[in-house]
Amino acid sequence: MDAKQLYEKLKPIQEAKGYLFNADMSYTMPLLENLLVNKERYGYMSCPCRLAIGTFEEDRDIVCPCVYRDPDVAEYGACFCALYVNKEWNEGKIEHKTVPERRPAEKVMKAMGLG
Amino acid sequence: MPAKVKIYALSTCIHCKKAKEYLESNNVEYDCTYVDMLAGEERQQAVDEVKKHNPALSFPTMVVGGKVLVGFNKEELQAALGA
Repeated sequence: MDAKQLYEKLKPIQEAKGYLFNADMSYTMPLLENLLVNKERYGYMSCPCRLAIGTFEEDRDIVCPCVYRDPDVAEYGACFCALYVNKEWNEGKIEHKTVPERRPAEKVMKAMGLG
Repeated sequence: MPAKVKIYALSTCIHCKKAKEYLESNNVEYDCTYVDMLAGEERQQAVDEVKKHNPALSFPTMVVGGKVLVGFNKEELQAALGA
């Protein structure tokens, strides 16, 4: 599967849940490509903007769409990577801010080899 | 002379890519470490450096002069470069 196919596959599923892909394809396409890179690396589509721990069980929270997407889109209009956004964000009605990391520090530390 | 900007990044991270593109388009010299591409001691050393600058351990973490920037915000980076 390539990024374009992944896009076509996920778009209707996620739109039905109220999540849109970032309309800026210079974000969306590389992000989808890197989800596929991580699928090769780890066996699952782990968030490209975070360092994975490396086992599905421990990285379940950052397998895309991550569990932080809901609160991030609710608060900032976009997820941590800005792959998934809401309509207002795409229409420029919400300021495009840097979304802070919501993954618990102990998980991040473990991914970094500090846990 | 060391590069003006140090960037700790992930090779798969879009905000890291955007930050690098911004630096390149402004002809700013930078030194990039892809933490996900390192292993063993090298990775540990890089992680320790990131942690020192950004306890949240997120990417990109950039050091511009003495200032630490977390995430890619064009205006913020522009201001730090101009300082």
